[in-house]
Amino acid sequence: MKAKVHVTLKNGVLDPQGKAIGHALDTLGFKGVGDVRQGKYIEIELAEKDRAKAEAAVKQMCEKLLANTVIENYTVELVG
Amino acid sequence: MKAAVVVFPGSNREHDIVDAIERSSGQKAQLVWHSERDLPKVDLIVLPGGFSYGDYLRTGAIAAHSPIMSEVKKRAGQGVPVLGVCNGFQILCESGLLPGVLLTNASLKFICRNVGLKVEHSDSLFTRRYNAGDVLSVPVAHGMGNYFADPKTLDTLEGEGRVAFRYCTAEGEVNAEGNANGSARNIAGIFNAKKNVLGMMPHPENATDPKLGSISGKPLFDALAEALA
Repeated sequence: MKAKVHVTLKNGVLDPQGKAIGHALDTLGFKGVGDVRQGKYIEIELAEKDRAKAEAAVKQMCEKLLANTVIENYTVELVG
Repeated sequence: MKAAVVVFPGSNREHDIVDAIERSSGQKAQLVWHSERDLPKVDLIVLPGGFSYGDYLRTGAIAAHSPIMSEVKKRAGQGVPVLGVCNGFQILCESGLLPGVLLTNASLKFICRNVGLKVEHSDSLFTRRYNAGDVLSVPVAHGMGNYFADPKTLDTLEGEGRVAFRYCTAEGEVNAEGNANGSARNIAGIFNAKKNVLGMMPHPENATDPKLGSISGKPLFDALAEALA
């Protein structure tokens, strides 16, 4: 089984990198680009076969390391 | 004063800290590699600046889970003074020893220059040689020093006298102009609740010799050397 984890900045947390990307898109001539937020995408191969257990384990990974919940939200998707 | 300086892969200011400690205490600090599980019996633990683990994932995030950090947390809990500078501050935040987190500078630029720093509280082991309101000139060298915490945490820090330093102009004005990196409420350094842990982005160790252009940081190490002699 594979876990797909998205880590994104919470609303209200300044994202200067997202802003810079937005400016660059505008410079390139892409019109109508609104707010741009940059996040992270992490794939994790898991030996666990039980989906509930796998999800619980990945959530713990997110809480302990993958996300800093002071500033970030995360979502977990299991495939396979 | 016996001190241990923890070295992570990518730390780069550990020798500057060792030099600053030696200037104030006359004693050489011991360097301890991050994969150790035990620390020698010391009076002070320092987490130096640098780019531990290449700032992978988030600054300080991987280092915060290095084997040595369990012992650092244990000692901090026992009241041993812990100083984290720059990346060391980021590691202290990621490890949960200090609240909040350091974000990318609001300007998006890496800043490497002397900044104005206002001493907020002199009633700590680290700041007792300063007076509240003193204006220092100390170098910063970081791309991610923008302190962030939720308003409730910021209120708690201020209410409990746990803001150690704030960014200010050369004249000592704490305002947007003097805010080097966009930090919430100009916060440059904070204490834990017991005030035995200090994390700060500016480098006091690089302001301890007239040849370095400033000795504003020396009283911090003098204070530690005196109290922990």
